[in-house]
Amino acid sequence: MFEGLRRIGETFFDPQIIAGVMPQLLTVGLPNTLLLSVIATIIGIALGLVIATGLLATQRPVRFFCRGYVDLLRGLPHILTVYLIGQGLPLAGLSIFGKSTYAYAAFSIGLIESAYMAEIFRAGFQGVERGQVEAARTLGMTRWQAMLFVILPQGIRRVLPPLTGQFILVIKGTALVFLLGLTASQRDIFSIAQDNSINNANLSSLTAAGLLYLALTVPMTYAVAAWGRRMQRGSQRGKVAA
Amino acid sequence: MTGSSAPAEISVRFENISKSFGHVHVLKDVSASVPRGMTTCIIGPSGSGKSTLLRCTNLLERPERGKIFIEGNDITAPGVDIDKLRVRVGMVFQHFHLFSHLSVIENVALALQKVRKLPKDEAEARAAVQIAAIGLKGFEHRRSSDLSGGQQQRVAIARALAMEPHVMLFDEATSALDPELVKGVLAIMRDLAFAGMTMLVVTHEMRFAREVAGQVIFMDHGQIVETGAPAQMFDAPQTPRLKYFLEQVL
Ligand SMILES: Nc1ncnc2c1ncn2[C@@H]1O[C@H](COP(=O)(O)OP(=O)(O)O)[C@@H](O)[C@H]1O
Ligand SMILES: [Mg+2]
Repeated sequence: MFEGLRRIGETFFDPQIIAGVMPQLLTVGLPNTLLLSVIATIIGIALGLVIATGLLATQRPVRFFCRGYVDLLRGLPHILTVYLIGQGLPLAGLSIFGKSTYAYAAFSIGLIESAYMAEIFRAGFQGVERGQVEAARTLGMTRWQAMLFVILPQGIRRVLPPLTGQFILVIKGTALVFLLGLTASQRDIFSIAQDNSINNANLSSLTAAGLLYLALTVPMTYAVAAWGRRMQRGSQRGKVAA
Repeated sequence: MTGSSAPAEISVRFENISKSFGHVHVLKDVSASVPRGMTTCIIGPSGSGKSTLLRCTNLLERPERGKIFIEGNDITAPGVDIDKLRVRVGMVFQHFHLFSHLSVIENVALALQKVRKLPKDEAEARAAVQIAAIGLKGFEHRRSSDLSGGQQQRVAIARALAMEPHVMLFDEATSALDPELVKGVLAIMRDLAFAGMTMLVVTHEMRFAREVAGQVIFMDHGQIVETGAPAQMFDAPQTPRLKYFLEQVL
């Protein structure tokens, strides 16, 4: 039993390996992971907004198409989507980003995110009272103007907490880009840890990566929860006053 | 109200309007005319289709059959620009529906900027005039949720009037208000009526209808049962259904 504990300690918690990989994780992996997360989130938000508008469209074919898009991307294992898009597009001759693996990585994760974000936006927009839109339309605003000047500003407040929650998932989701084979300087937290663990035949660098992910995600999770609670209290106060 | 002898110009005309929601037949072959420069009050029990008729007037609901003419133009014809039409028809809702993320003056100015394309300062100048006219000078920069219901409804009226509509629709504009706040809103509606605005008013305020309306329409079960001048409708109802309704509410 003592032998077992020692082996676990050696395999996962070798302090020398952890200390050795940490500088690279912090200076190369962390910026790359954050950059990938931010780019993917921007793509996800932009596309997600368009898809959400489509989910709420009056034209059936548009709704149908957007629903299919969301179901497809949420229904597939993310690893499959990253692989199919990141490897598949260049293979199929659709080299929209040239040879930049990094761009395909960000794009494929952005696409996945857009499906989740579309659902978040749809729920947020649907939560905006119907009367608000009717008031806007009654004043002569087009559907698009009502969307832009009434639904969007009110919906944004509702969707900020879930969007931030989704961002936490993106941070973890970027680990999948190791599939696409990044150059040394492009590697994210997970890729670096994985390479290191193979070289050392030891998993302690993955533990180091895990600690780094936790340091990012746990504080954010609590911040989002506190934020959500505050918003809920705020909106309840608003209702009582109205 | 003016008692002029010339035949009144028709502002809004409903021609054989039918509308159903699923299996519920809400409007059954409704025809009516709203004369210009006059207030027409629609009364009737709840669920009789009053709101639906009003909402058809600016195509918030689309009738399945029949035609609606506004100032002679068939708005139900295919290819009509609904958004242009709606600028001419103002609407006030039971629950105000002020834009909750905007201040009072922004509420009134938004459509002036985005629909009328006025520059921001001009839109806000016009909005300020409207806000003063409904007696809320000094409230321009309050959040709408900080106002009383009566004040919110007055802002909603100012917001609609700022677009300079030819016709105003009111759907139970005072039903959601505390009793002491009703008077202020009714006073503004009365002033507007006497200033010659064409108004179509769904209301349970029978005193208001009697005093302000030039024409009263009584609806029941999706049909117009009786139409006439207020004195005749309230003092000498012709149909048993209107008689019964008035006994219940007066
Ligand atoms: N959007 C809708 N969907 C389904 N049924 C509706 C809808 N709007 C109104 N109705 C139904 O139509 C009938 C008439 O409603 P309404 O026009 O609001 O009457 P009123 O304003 O006279 O109370 C009611 O039975 C109501 O339930
Ligand atoms: Mg009603």
